[in-house]
Amino acid sequence: MIRRNLPFAAVAVIVLVVAPLLLEPFRLSLLAKYLCYAIVALGIGLAWGQAGMLTLGQGVFFGLGGYSMAMHLKLTEGGGLPDFMVWSGVEELPALWVPFGDPVLALATAVLGPMLIAAVLGTLVFRQRVRGAYFAILTQALAAAMVILLVGQQGLTGGTNGMTNFFDVFGQDLADDSTQRGLYLVVASVLGVLYLATRQLVNSRYGRLLVAIRDGEDRVRFLGYDPALVKTVTFALSAGMAGLAGALFVPVVGIISPALLGVVPSLELVVAVAVGGRHALAGAVLGAVVMGYAQTAFSEQFADGWLYLQGALFILVMTLAPKGIIGVAERWRRARTT
Amino acid sequence: MRIPRPIVSAILVLSLAACGSDARPAGDSGDIKVGILHSLSGTMAISEVTVRDAELLAIEEINKAGGVLGKQLVPVVEDGASDWPTFAEKATKLIRQDKVATVFGGWTSASRKAMLPVFERYKALLWYPVQYEGLESSPYIFYTGATTNQQIIPGLDYLKEQGKKRLFLVGSDYVFPRTANKIIKAYAAANGMEILGEEYTPLGHTEYSTLVNKVTQARPDAVFNTLNGDSNVAFFKALKSTGATAESMPVLSVSIAEEEVTGIGVDNVVGQPVAWNYYQTTDTSANKAFVKAYKARYGQDKVTSDPMEAGYNAVYLWAEAVKKAGTTEVEAVRKAAGGIALERPEGLVTIDGESQHLYKTARIGIVQPDGLIKQVWDSGEPIKPDPYLKGYPWAAGLAGQ
Repeated sequence: MIRRNLPFAAVAVIVLVVAPLLLEPFRLSLLAKYLCYAIVALGIGLAWGQAGMLTLGQGVFFGLGGYSMAMHLKLTEGGGLPDFMVWSGVEELPALWVPFGDPVLALATAVLGPMLIAAVLGTLVFRQRVRGAYFAILTQALAAAMVILLVGQQGLTGGTNGMTNFFDVFGQDLADDSTQRGLYLVVASVLGVLYLATRQLVNSRYGRLLVAIRDGEDRVRFLGYDPALVKTVTFALSAGMAGLAGALFVPVVGIISPALLGVVPSLELVVAVAVGGRHALAGAVLGAVVMGYAQTAFSEQFADGWLYLQGALFILVMTLAPKGIIGVAERWRRARTT
Repeated sequence: MRIPRPIVSAILVLSLAACGSDARPAGDSGDIKVGILHSLSGTMAISEVTVRDAELLAIEEINKAGGVLGKQLVPVVEDGASDWPTFAEKATKLIRQDKVATVFGGWTSASRKAMLPVFERYKALLWYPVQYEGLESSPYIFYTGATTNQQIIPGLDYLKEQGKKRLFLVGSDYVFPRTANKIIKAYAAANGMEILGEEYTPLGHTEYSTLVNKVTQARPDAVFNTLNGDSNVAFFKALKSTGATAESMPVLSVSIAEEEVTGIGVDNVVGQPVAWNYYQTTDTSANKAFVKAYKARYGQDKVTSDPMEAGYNAVYLWAEAVKKAGTTEVEAVRKAAGGIALERPEGLVTIDGESQHLYKTARIGIVQPDGLIKQVWDSGEPIKPDPYLKGYPWAAGLAGQ
């Protein structure tokens, strides 16, 4: 038990104690951003890595969480209507916005909204035994549709610009470095708790069932289980994680826009999970952090051609280590113990 | 497949080594670092790369002439990647990590809106080089492109003079076209003009036959076009395929400059009017020098355009303010900037200290068969910037509260 939790404890100490001490505030808030993506990746690791549901539309749930939080922040800053409504010609607060003034309702919507949508979608789709590429295409279409919806409703959502210019979160000044450090610790803790809970889930009988469904859905059905229900619950859980990540992302990064939740960012997260190693939850988390870090580092070093480097990193990892970074690490460990 | 382990580890180590970016070689203490933040990748790259080039040219010229306060300028270039949150992140990086004295950057309104809170939060300076929708005046942004009363309103005045009273509005679906059209509608109501229709398409939209049908059926005297980017290509092609010409259906555009004309295809836009503050053909001695220097540096086939010139000017205006202030310290530079007047390629520009916009001359031009733009009208003198349109009674209420 202790031996098994040792790596997790070591990482937790590094993330929660060492990083805040060593990193400058700007770097720390970048790390907080990667950890937000890692929460989404954890959900993808659960849905795709364990249960075989390739979801290319996690950005939708991430966005719902992010927009819920952004609406709340916009409403609590005072000073009348949100800035973008003024320049979009909206004269009074739309009814849809009113509930988001309440922090509990806003947070609940951020998490439960995506879960509900995923549950409804999952029920409709998995009952019809839609899976594989068809499910992937469907979720991707959802992401594309969401972007069109958000861009078209400028007065309600800020359009292409999205929402930015937030001043404080729950009474804490966002310009303050200590607030950013606090947010980082919150994000890291949420990720840690969710990781432990998801790992528990994966190691339980339910987790075995997920893998069984991934590897032979029909056999599971013949054994008397209901794969549609199991998949729906899993999909909803991963959606909830993405929503929560979105809600945390907004105060950390200070902006939410349709560009953050369309087809491309949804795909990037799946790529990150693949790079980290989708068969292990730790791989998903690691992949998100590594890819986020690589993006920042490459783009700062080579402003002109960093996209090629990022693509090359993906191709290299995938061809040389199909099981991702975590696969390589596991093989090293096995090689050393045997 | 057996993976050669050293290769894997080498890749990982290399990729991590690239991340040790905090150890970027800092310039000598005799240098001044300035940030340049434009989209070098993504949909906006085609436009923004040219602005970056113009800004780098200005920095080189200033350095060659001895620098600022006896120090050389060292540009730190970052990629905004046509993605608004990236603009905010890179702005933070330039300010907090590279500790640049100022930043030149942005193109779309969305990128400026994303960077605004960052510059206000850290009390740093941004020089924004593109015409925009107005209704903004941040104490930490200098706007070197036109605001609405220096481009859109002169454009409308021109149409009115030409007797074009029935307009159709076509735009991309984001904040600049929507705000511009709000202003155009208020202007039309006050000037006895009629708006026959108002249509928006998403950024990047390329299917325009339906929209062009709508426009031609409405039979307007002119179209006011606020489409951006690739959409212009498809729109003008579709319009041309109906047999419309610049005489039968004039389309006044506010986002098509020399660079875009080539992309759209000269045949499709020849004879059409555009509204800007500067053209490559603008007849000043400063412009002759600018065009010559730009072509010598980047290639004889290159053209210069309004946003490039505004970016080029921004560097010179900032340098002038620093010289006047005797320091790069932000508040001192802001205070010193007001009233600075320079002869630039577009003519005399003066910084209005209050709004931090420029006095600029408005110019209407016609696209020529050689792809350049010939001026047919100008405002005669630089127009005082009025981002909130306070000087226009018909615009009351547009700016919100």
